[in-house]
Amino acid sequence: MYTLTALSKHYQQSKRRITALDGVDLDIPDGQLVAIQGPTGGGKSTLLQMLGALDRPSSGSISLGDDDLGALTQAKLGRIRAKEIGFVFQGFNLIPTLSAQENVETALVPLGTPPAERETRARAALASVGLAERGGHLPSELSGGQQQRVAIARALVKEPEVLLADEPTGNLDEETRDEIMDLLEGLWRERGLTVVIVTHDTAVAKRAERRLHITNGKLRDVTKGR
Amino acid sequence: MFGTYLRRELIGRRKQTVIIAIGMALAIALVIIVNSVAAGVKSAQAEVLQSVYGVGTDITVSEAAAAPTPGEGGPGQDFAFGSGDGTTTDGTTTVNQARLTADRGTATFDASALDTVTGVDNVAAASATLSLSNTTFTGELPDFSQAQGDGAAGGAPAAGGTAPQGGPDGAGGSSFGVDSFTVLGLDPSGDAVGPLSAVTLDDGRTLTADDAGTDVAVLDASYASGAGIATGDTIEIAGTPFTVVGTVAASGAEATTASNAYIPLDVAQSLSGLDGQISDVYVQANSSTDISQIQADIEAALPDTTVSTQEDLASTVSGSLASAATLVTNLGTWLSGIVLVAAFLIAILFTISGVTRRTREFGTLKAIGWSNTRIVGQVAGESVVQSLIGGVVGVAVGLVGVLVVNLIAPTLSAAATTTAAGGAFGPGGAAPGGTDDLPAGAADGAQAIAGGFGGAQAAATTDVVLQAPVTLWIIVIAVGIAIVGGLLAGAIGGWRASHLRPAEALRSVA
Repeated sequence: MYTLTALSKHYQQSKRRITALDGVDLDIPDGQLVAIQGPTGGGKSTLLQMLGALDRPSSGSISLGDDDLGALTQAKLGRIRAKEIGFVFQGFNLIPTLSAQENVETALVPLGTPPAERETRARAALASVGLAERGGHLPSELSGGQQQRVAIARALVKEPEVLLADEPTGNLDEETRDEIMDLLEGLWRERGLTVVIVTHDTAVAKRAERRLHITNGKLRDVTKGR
Repeated sequence: MFGTYLRRELIGRRKQTVIIAIGMALAIALVIIVNSVAAGVKSAQAEVLQSVYGVGTDITVSEAAAAPTPGEGGPGQDFAFGSGDGTTTDGTTTVNQARLTADRGTATFDASALDTVTGVDNVAAASATLSLSNTTFTGELPDFSQAQGDGAAGGAPAAGGTAPQGGPDGAGGSSFGVDSFTVLGLDPSGDAVGPLSAVTLDDGRTLTADDAGTDVAVLDASYASGAGIATGDTIEIAGTPFTVVGTVAASGAEATTASNAYIPLDVAQSLSGLDGQISDVYVQANSSTDISQIQADIEAALPDTTVSTQEDLASTVSGSLASAATLVTNLGTWLSGIVLVAAFLIAILFTISGVTRRTREFGTLKAIGWSNTRIVGQVAGESVVQSLIGGVVGVAVGLVGVLVVNLIAPTLSAAATTTAAGGAFGPGGAAPGGTDDLPAGAADGAQAIAGGFGGAQAAATTDVVLQAPVTLWIIVIAVGIAIVGGLLAGAIGGWRASHLRPAEALRSVA
């Protein structure tokens, strides 16, 4: 699925050069549930953005299947994001003026899905996360856990190959956190997705098949037995 | 999704929508009102000009008059009397003399110019006029015969001589009166274009082709009323009695026509000694698009003449109408321009502010694969609809404003002048000739009236009720401006949104 070779990412902050990723080598096979942990500023989110084709590496390479993400145009990267990658964010990132149903449908817009099919698939996606009856509600009318479920439905409605989650439980209480993780784990098992979760929460990380730790841009595999 | 998203955004961000719409509405309303009032003022100016130049007159041809030389008398406006002139009764000599001359400030030129103008391409009709002024001098003098034998020539009575007796006061005094009115000689058969094409018949009849060569006149109704002359009466022009066959009035409520009296052109030329001469040619074009070509062709064919279009003539309109025109042109245009720019700026700034507030939203949409084009389209669409709402409200407010103007219907007074030179009185000059025949003691001054009236002559004064018309084009243009404003704001806001890199957009709110 993913192949990262000597991947580095630097940012220029005033006259200071910040290294967010420093020579990362990583292979993520299809269907793996991976958790990435590390301290704040260690490079977790930057790595997730590289995996999500949201940013380009400063050096090294990153490929998703046969696509070299560092060499593609913005338009092609956009098409890959639209088709192959689902995102779940810590702050849910739902459009506040759209209903839950419409928020889910936004993921099908760039694929050119006809409106009737969009509606059907969005309704099914909401049902799959347990929110079949909440499609007409605005995000502000839903709880944090429900909003994250809508975000997960939006990420999965297009049936992507990869689901990338950035602190998906960071804004939730423990009970809701477990519900969301149960949901993600269930979907992973059911659909055979490749799931990458960035988290501070060790309880969340422990549920992953593979655990990575990143500090100062350097990545270590900390999975038991490896 | 585009429509749903757009609708939800406009409703969800109601405050921004309302502010942008109000700004745009104000601008559009002002544009409509200013344009309508400007059209009304232009129409009023055309009405005033029509009262002077006639309906359908697109171009006038005239010749600039040469400035009078100081000390010279006006052209033929001097009055001279010989010793035998006048009639003497009871020691008082009464003299009377009338002259029909070209207006001061009006130059005459050869009538063949009319044929030249008629021969120009796309000229639908043309007619010539001769603008004249009839001045009548009347005076009562004492009997100088008693003093003539004793006094020194050219001076006061000599010592020991007998002072003149008689005169209007019976003690040797004199009194003089000068009366003047304007006379326009025109082709009596040419009613398609020219000063009489705009007037309405008040009484009697107007001039016809059969009147050529006859001493008949049509009078301005206001002048006739003031002078106590009615249809069927006679009026003396250049000492010749003319039968008044009718009176005409201008279209305005309290208006006068271009001249006090209208007589056949050939008679006017003959009486004024200006045979074969005219002062103006009125031209009607086949189409308004031909006016520039006709103007250029006439200027080439008659290089000494001044060729004026309706737009040029509009500058001759004075009075409160001219003030209104200036106000609309200057303040109105500037005000609507400033409000329009302000509305555009409000729309642009609010759109940019909205995009900035929605950084995470657009970053998320980009992350899930929305293209730049789609995001720009969304932002531009929202902006255009906001402006369109303002445009529609603005059209409604503008129409109400125009309705209010039309209900108030302000009355503007206007005067249009056919000549521009001169003042109230021209310079006086010595009477050329004839003074030797005068009785001694009377030669220097009283009986020789020279100089005469200046050239600035108000040919028509009119009170015009301002009506602001609304055309479909004004509304289309107003809505078009709203769309352009929305597109401009949307393009700038969309450009900003499209340049957000998704990673940075998401990071900025993490």
